[in-house]
Amino acid sequence: MTTATTGRAALKGVVGTPHTRVEGRDKVTGAARYAGEIPFADLAHGWLVLSTVARGRIRAIDTEPVLALPGVLAVLHHGNAPRVDTDYIGLLGMPPDPTAAVFQQDRVHHVGWPVALVVAETPEQAREAAEALVVAYDEEPHDTALTTGHPGAHPAGGVMPGETAKGDLEAGLAASAVVVDEEYTTPEEHHSMMEPHAATARWDGGRLEVVDSNQGTTWIQGELASMFSLDASAVRVRSEHIGGGFGSKGLRAHQVAAVMAATELQRPVRVVMTRRQMFSLAGYRSPTLQRVRLGADADGRLLALEHRSLNQTSTVHEFVEPSAGVARVMYDADAHHTANEVAPLDVPSPTFMRAPGEAPGSFAIESALDELAERAGIDPIALRLRNEPEVGPVSGLPFSSRNLDACFREGARRFGWAERDPRPGRRREGRWLLGTGTAAASFHAGAGPSTAVVTAQADGGFTVRIAAADIGTGARTALTLVAADALEVAPDRVRVRIGDSDFGPAMIAGGSMGTRSWAWAIRLAARELRERLALGTTIPPEGITVRSDTTEALGTLAQKERHSFGAQFAEVAVDTATGEVRVRRMLGIFAAGRIVNPLTARNQLVGGMVWGISMALHEEAVRDRTSGALYAPDLAGYHVATNADVGDIQADWVEDPDPDDPVGIKGVGEIGIVGAAAAVANAVWHATGVRHRSLPIRPDRVLSASVPAAGGDPHA
Amino acid sequence: MAPVPSSTSSAVTLNINGEKHQLTVDHRTTLLDALRERLDLTGTKKGCDQGQCGACTVLVDGRRAVSCLNLAVAAEGREITTIEGMAEGDRLHPVQQAFLDLDGYQCGYCTPGQICSAIAVIEEHAAGWPSAATEDVRPEAGPPPLTPDEIRERMSGNLCRCGAYVSIVQAVTRAAEAHEAAARDDDRADRHENTEETAA
Repeated sequence: MTTATTGRAALKGVVGTPHTRVEGRDKVTGAARYAGEIPFADLAHGWLVLSTVARGRIRAIDTEPVLALPGVLAVLHHGNAPRVDTDYIGLLGMPPDPTAAVFQQDRVHHVGWPVALVVAETPEQAREAAEALVVAYDEEPHDTALTTGHPGAHPAGGVMPGETAKGDLEAGLAASAVVVDEEYTTPEEHHSMMEPHAATARWDGGRLEVVDSNQGTTWIQGELASMFSLDASAVRVRSEHIGGGFGSKGLRAHQVAAVMAATELQRPVRVVMTRRQMFSLAGYRSPTLQRVRLGADADGRLLALEHRSLNQTSTVHEFVEPSAGVARVMYDADAHHTANEVAPLDVPSPTFMRAPGEAPGSFAIESALDELAERAGIDPIALRLRNEPEVGPVSGLPFSSRNLDACFREGARRFGWAERDPRPGRRREGRWLLGTGTAAASFHAGAGPSTAVVTAQADGGFTVRIAAADIGTGARTALTLVAADALEVAPDRVRVRIGDSDFGPAMIAGGSMGTRSWAWAIRLAARELRERLALGTTIPPEGITVRSDTTEALGTLAQKERHSFGAQFAEVAVDTATGEVRVRRMLGIFAAGRIVNPLTARNQLVGGMVWGISMALHEEAVRDRTSGALYAPDLAGYHVATNADVGDIQADWVEDPDPDDPVGIKGVGEIGIVGAAAAVANAVWHATGVRHRSLPIRPDRVLSASVPAAGGDPHA
Repeated sequence: MAPVPSSTSSAVTLNINGEKHQLTVDHRTTLLDALRERLDLTGTKKGCDQGQCGACTVLVDGRRAVSCLNLAVAAEGREITTIEGMAEGDRLHPVQQAFLDLDGYQCGYCTPGQICSAIAVIEEHAAGWPSAATEDVRPEAGPPPLTPDEIRERMSGNLCRCGAYVSIVQAVTRAAEAHEAAARDDDRADRHENTEETAA
């Protein structure tokens, strides 16, 4: 037994100082085990079989020949799989996507719809049998093409109201000295995290255990408990290391199929998605068709603003990509109209993907602002600062803090913006045309209810238990620093354990809210524990444990517009011979709350900007209208930025502690991508004098746009 | 369940990280699956299983290879080095240390492949191999300076969706500098030895 010795006086806080990842050694030596890598005795392997048609009915599944193949244990399909319940609302306030509730119906709703799971002794046997399984379909005509004015399109809410409107738009536009009215499009984009979705399910003494790769263990615990009509305490979900998530790692077909198979066979079953299966089962960002109309007076003050966005969803689940939401935070006008619309098609369900809404929405509105600046003859930064709203343009609520101005000023200084000749097509270097562009960024700052458990051990160490998820964000390390400061001890005395639903309800790693939500809960418990220890309490062998729950504290937060902000700058070189666009350098300056760990936070912000480059120049999943399937759905057909695509990228920040957060955190997971693609596109205009309103800015689009007149696509 | 030798499987001996492993593998088993599913060497990652992402990169006879496109039966007689074989006891390989210190990763899933690749890149460069980013590719020009552009090009077979490329390039740069410094020291020591021999 020891008495706590935490030495209040000598310790300076560690929050705000750089720390390498606490699990770093495990990651660089290969010792860190991800979901598909945890050994289980008597493990069987499941392989999903997906539909080859876009719409129709399963007529027959010929299981007999497959069951006779070596090692095959079972074939699960709609005719024999256990029934599950989908009539519930999950942690995110949404019903489950029926794509994850596998084998419940004979209908097929898109190419890649899960129709069967083959389970065998080895992965090779499972794969062979899955590929040999013959499924017959009654095919029906399908529609997979998102078009402007699609008959199925309708306004839709989701995480925010579908439509907002104030003032007379047409009158505002008519009264404007400068008007922009353009359409912008973004393609279907896929998360493509490096670790494929993987889950192993087993029954352990009447309790269901699932080892998974997900963005919230208590979230998945709740979904599986609801779906299989189990008490939440009868389900344990673990997810220690996660090889990237970006919004895709929620409840998906693989976990549900694994649980069904483990139940049927009464032995552990692992289901891992193949890279190609991920392109139809793991969610994606819907393509968007957006229209922006801006009207301003001669000084660039906005009089009218309209932003409408249409996205596709599946016929079984409505997901809204709320791209028109950006203007509700960023820009005001007397006439201000925004609308998110959705059209159901025979395609897989889209989902949250890094900065849902903000990423494609900021491409449209920040491109339109640049066009307005060009037409009004005003510097793009001056135009934005001239339109800084006092309060939320739609809500009328005050901002908790809004340091966009500081981001632009610091960014402009460091980027050398003042030396820029605003005229396009003026800088040439051999066959390269050079240009620079900028854009603003914003992302919602929030927190979700979480619980944490902090224990003071008799050996002088502290253990924090929280069902947090580190999907690469550095959350585990950030939380260690927050706990150390709250306990007033050095970080090496604190061990943070995460990724286990047994640790109690907690926020997911999503919406840039994870670290803030978890830090709040940890700090609450740690401060109380610290106070108890300050009384000179002797720590018994079992330690002293304090639990916290932030539900009440979060409930008392005043209604405000709470956001991170940022200013993005890009310099591009455009090859006039090949149409290739290279991003030579990029700078992002962010006002994103208190930065807990500068080393990992900078990496996060830069990573978001790399996503912006990738979105601007490379990413595009193309769907064949005839088959309804994607062309080449893999990492050779779907391009994400490689090392050689990424030049000198820098991210930094201005002081911006959140006034209402105990640590001052806002969140840094998503703001880095917002506005990044627009900054690149605006730089391409500056280099070439051609506007690219459709992403990605492919070489063929650059080349065809530079061919004068003769069949050129003005929106290339 | 491990297969027994038959018309569809064979007994092989794999030399991995200096250790010999005898096992019977299904002929379809890739080197990657043999490592992960049979030998519990899960440090080598499966990102795409079709040679497009680089997450499964290992060294085969000192050269980088994507283990998902190599069959286990064809790896017999080769010296295979995986991420688990890079550190010397508790002492990390300089490339591993640089990735750790400079945060050359985020989720960590591509990291073993990146590190194996980087170790080989430094060797390939030292051996004078050019890349698509090399200005002067004539053999007599010698190894080009290992600039960020050279590293970016040479490391582009390894995708990192977290977008940690900037710190990956920093980590490879630091490790390469340490490697060069060590080579210079060795060189100097050799010359010193030679001088002494001559003097004797």
